[in-house]
Amino acid sequence: MKNRFRPALAVAATVAAFAAAAPAFAGKTLDAVKQRGTVKCGVTNGVAGFSAPDTQGNWSGLDVDTCRAIAAAVLGDPKKVDFVPLNSQQRFSALQAGEIDILARNTTWTLTRDTSLGFNFTTITYYDGQGFLVPKKLKVTSAKQLKNATICTQSGTTNEKNVSDYFRAQNIPVKTVVFESFEASFKAFFSGRCQAFTTDASALAGLRNKEAPNPDDYVILPELISKEPLAPLVRRGDDEWFAIAKWVPNALIEAEEFGVTQANADELKANSKDPAQQRLVGTGEDLGKLLGLDKDWSFRAIKAVGNYGEMFERNVGPKSVLKLPRGSNNLWNKGGLIYAPPVR
Amino acid sequence: MSREASRRGAWLAWVVQSLLVLAVVAGAFWVVHHALEVLRARGVRSGFDFLVEPAGFSISEGWLDFDASQPFWRAFLAGLVNTVRASVPAAIFSVVLGTLIGIGRLAPHVLLRGICTAYVELLRNVPLLVQLLMLAFAIANLLPDPTEPVRLLPGVWLSKAGLSVPWPASGEGGWWPTHFEWPERGDFGVSGGAALSPEYVTIVAGLSFYSAAFVAEIVRAGILSVSQGQVLAGQALGLTPVQQLRIVILPQALRVIVPSLTNQLLSLTKNSSLAVAVGYPELVSVANTTIGSNGRAFECIAIIMAVYLLLSLLISFGMNRYNARVALRGWR
Repeated sequence: MKNRFRPALAVAATVAAFAAAAPAFAGKTLDAVKQRGTVKCGVTNGVAGFSAPDTQGNWSGLDVDTCRAIAAAVLGDPKKVDFVPLNSQQRFSALQAGEIDILARNTTWTLTRDTSLGFNFTTITYYDGQGFLVPKKLKVTSAKQLKNATICTQSGTTNEKNVSDYFRAQNIPVKTVVFESFEASFKAFFSGRCQAFTTDASALAGLRNKEAPNPDDYVILPELISKEPLAPLVRRGDDEWFAIAKWVPNALIEAEEFGVTQANADELKANSKDPAQQRLVGTGEDLGKLLGLDKDWSFRAIKAVGNYGEMFERNVGPKSVLKLPRGSNNLWNKGGLIYAPPVR
Repeated sequence: MSREASRRGAWLAWVVQSLLVLAVVAGAFWVVHHALEVLRARGVRSGFDFLVEPAGFSISEGWLDFDASQPFWRAFLAGLVNTVRASVPAAIFSVVLGTLIGIGRLAPHVLLRGICTAYVELLRNVPLLVQLLMLAFAIANLLPDPTEPVRLLPGVWLSKAGLSVPWPASGEGGWWPTHFEWPERGDFGVSGGAALSPEYVTIVAGLSFYSAAFVAEIVRAGILSVSQGQVLAGQALGLTPVQQLRIVILPQALRVIVPSLTNQLLSLTKNSSLAVAVGYPELVSVANTTIGSNGRAFECIAIIMAVYLLLSLLISFGMNRYNARVALRGWR
């Protein structure tokens, strides 16, 4: 009972608290981070490939690496991150209330969230779309055949609204069973409560491979019913921190484009003659000072987590359990949508 | 004390209390006003204007039909109705079951007494959330798949999708039921008729079983509070044990039972908010979804608080009226 209200109460209390102490919060997240010595990073309670703790409590994933890269750039050490697991209802309140410095929790960039919550989305780190997972034995090959089916999903997400929009537009009646936690929702599906499960396609792949009793019994339907550009968020009103949260991921994307990797960064720092590479490894013009950081900010970020392509491969790509194709998440010059404004 | 002095004292007390109420209201107003001001300054949209906008999510079970094109206020109303839909049956079941177990704990029969004691100790010492999740897990794993439902009776099907029964339905546009709608087997399980969803059964059963343990203790204390002489008097009149209980003991025990029972019903209603964990769409679930889509945490929590306050006051009012009826004359 009590813990049902705990997030709610925490929010109310924090709102009241920062209501009383508003001036102290005016900007300067960077100063607070330096003083504290850690970056507080809001993540999921566990979505494979994006942010999930292992049995020793070590976090890994694409979103986790974004936070580690920022910690490396700002504090010089990728380990100096406090991960704060949040469910989808808690995430926004936690950022608004200042419990975290950055929310890297596979959150879809939408107009409402961008304009009405007091946040800024930084850089899209993953292009996703919402899909459906169904048991093979139902012999369903398209989402349009799901008439009168029951669909399990998680509350407080864009998924819940998209599924409602999609089937309303198609005039296909479906029922949804909505759970508070992601885990409860997929467990209900795998136990047979629902005929379909819906969430972002990336998470579907992870679920089928990691959670299904037998992965071969399930198929992902071809329809993607939405665009889900996933991006980290920061609070509005602190442009200095916003810039850091934007340019660290951009630098990792540019590192892939210009061939700077975790392995060759040291060697390029010593020998590279390419100005684009030199800027990334900290031997060219000093871009760090424009961000309130030192010259080696992007070098440390690359050394910590590798470039975007390496991050992708390790967490969600061929070297991970998800084995997702690069697809839309390939670089712009290789047919994908991943594009960083020039780091110069 | 002279009459005039006592009148002055009453007047003074009235003034002091009024000032106190005024101070509390002003304080609360200031906190809310200031918090909203700060939210606005931080670029967070706030206010209750969102309640008239379309909700964009659907609620798939409950007494009040709700689809995504309807406004948020109606979603909250549907959530409130669903809270009541779960709490009222749970309250009735828990009082009935709790009374039986409470009496059972005082039974002369050793085995019966042991079972009732074990029930109380087990159920009241395990957190309700854990019990709910266990129930949900049991239902999810024991029942047959929706595509292979079990036919219990003609038109009555049981599966993981719930228990489907025939239900009166009205024809096109009419309010009056004209025929029975029979559940039928479809591609994805049973459809039509009325269905008790597993989520609903989980929350009603979970709340009933849990609260019954507390009700049992209240009933036991009530019975023990009735003096032994009343029992002996009943025996002397030649009443059977059941008659003694029904005519002599329980009516007197009610005076002790009712005030504590009120507290129990209040906590049962508030505990219904745990339904969100097992997928039943009640008030807190609707509020969570709303917070997820527009971030109005402050407003949604205010609504939750106001609604539970209102429900609690209603229950207190009703139970106090009942208490006044069973109370010993002269105590008031």
